[in-house]
Amino acid sequence: MSGVPIRLAAAAKTFRRGTQTTEALTPIDIEIAPGEFFAVVGPSGCGKSTLLKMVAGLVPATSGEIAIAGGTVRKPVTDLGIVFQSPVLLDWRTVLGNVLVQLELRGLDAASYEPAARRLLDAVGLKGFEDRYPFELSGGMRQRAAIVRALIHDPPVLLMDEPFGALDALTREQLRLDLEALWLAKRKTVVFITHSIDEAVLLADRVAVMSPRPGKIDRLLTIDLPRPRGVTARQLPGFTKVVDDVTNLFLERGVLQTTGKLSLA
Amino acid sequence: MARIRSVAQPLLLALAVLVLWEAAVRLFDVPNYLLPAPTAILADLARRWPRILGGAWITGLEILGGFGMAVVISLPLATGIAFSAWMARTIYPLIVAFQVVPKIAIAPIFVIWFGIGWISKLTLVFLLCFFPMLVNNVAGFRGINPEIMDFARSTGANSWRLFWRIRLPSALPSIFTGLRIGAVNAVTGAVVAEFIASDRGLGYLLLEYNGNLLASAVFATVFVLSAIGLSIYYAVEGIERLAIPWHTAQRQSEKVGEQT
Ligand SMILES: Nc1ncnc2c1ncn2[C@@H]1O[C@H](COP(=O)(O)OP(=O)(O)OP(=O)(O)O)[C@@H](O)[C@H]1O
Ligand SMILES: [Mg+2]
Repeated sequence: MSGVPIRLAAAAKTFRRGTQTTEALTPIDIEIAPGEFFAVVGPSGCGKSTLLKMVAGLVPATSGEIAIAGGTVRKPVTDLGIVFQSPVLLDWRTVLGNVLVQLELRGLDAASYEPAARRLLDAVGLKGFEDRYPFELSGGMRQRAAIVRALIHDPPVLLMDEPFGALDALTREQLRLDLEALWLAKRKTVVFITHSIDEAVLLADRVAVMSPRPGKIDRLLTIDLPRPRGVTARQLPGFTKVVDDVTNLFLERGVLQTTGKLSLA
Repeated sequence: MARIRSVAQPLLLALAVLVLWEAAVRLFDVPNYLLPAPTAILADLARRWPRILGGAWITGLEILGGFGMAVVISLPLATGIAFSAWMARTIYPLIVAFQVVPKIAIAPIFVIWFGIGWISKLTLVFLLCFFPMLVNNVAGFRGINPEIMDFARSTGANSWRLFWRIRLPSALPSIFTGLRIGAVNAVTGAVVAEFIASDRGLGYLLLEYNGNLLASAVFATVFVLSAIGLSIYYAVEGIERLAIPWHTAQRQSEKVGEQT
């Protein structure tokens, strides 16, 4: 299913527990176009996961408004596929069962999706592991199963929280290519969180660079590289320039430092 | 191979202990009323078998009855407590408070209330099983990974599907912990209840044999009691293996020093 728009209007989040408050996100305004690939990069703890869960309606915004396809988000949004930062698979189900539970919980006929599920599992390199339990998989394999679970019902919106974080460099590159191909074919609206500036620039139409906590959008970059970007886009001058811009921004903000401080002396 | 070894090794050890025991009793000429030899216990068991078997039936039914009642009541109650804020606020604190009352200390009152028949026995067994089961059930339902719930909510599943596909399976390992504790407590409960007041059952036999200084008969009865306890315990474990294979397999594969 192709994408729908997402709009955040002054959406902010402050966590409260007792007297302790954590300002996770200062008011944020974003308009994501239908079918846009939107990436978010930022230092650890700046509120990226919180932002994603707010969009999904899993964490209520403290103030402001979030709307998906024109409808204000007040409760968990169901018209989406979500990949959490950790795989959150069900221990008691096999890999295939973990994918099909997406459909069972939605009251869909899971059996009719089984061929598609097997195909997708094959595509992410999990062929032969369909009947294994999560504890029998590596962290990266679990994450790949979780990605398939987010895709199987063909949602118009994909929310991905560092989906390739636990993967080795090669698998990561492969899945990035696959995701780009999938997106080119389906034009879902994708919100993609990553620590990798490279990955963000290679995948996204726009990259939001977030500042350290309390998180806000420090800069919005439009990536005008031709698609499919594949593996060759890294050589384009446009690519190098954007990556440099983001890196410099992180240097300015002190998120990156060129002098090593990790010494025991 | 590992399977056979895991059964054979403890059995061999038990056999070795029995042989040592037998040898020690004979060597040091320990009088029978202090510590009977295993062969003497076995002989006594054979001689008194009909009576012991009769008692075992009674006690076994008390154990199963009380245990079963605790399962049937604790599960829905725990579900209610886990999912209704109102029940968690009102009923659960009372139950937790009552849990501290030493059930065995109030067991004599059950005899006054319910007489020396089935009901006073079932009540004590039930109470000794019920609390650990309830607490573990509630902990199981509450201990679900919040991100799993996030995922489940993002599917829009109704509460019925959430319960059967997400909440219950995720609580099962903890529920089975409660069942295993209950299985052990149930045996203690039945015997203690019979000690307090009864005219039949293995607990009654134990008191009678002990009063007559029939040590080998006492040991024979304890042996049968332990066999009942072990069977229930392993029955629970067997059901656990069928019901939550993912969990038992996970435990197996994480066991330190596991050989394959
Ligand atoms: N449930 C919560 N209760 C209180 N504070 C929270 C909660 N969740 C997140 N926070 C706080 O909000 C801030 C942002 O957290 P978040 O998980 O969104 O960061 P992140 O950008 O995803 O970091 P990372 O890149 O390490 O995953 C952190 O300071 C964190 O301590
Ligand atoms: Mg995060």
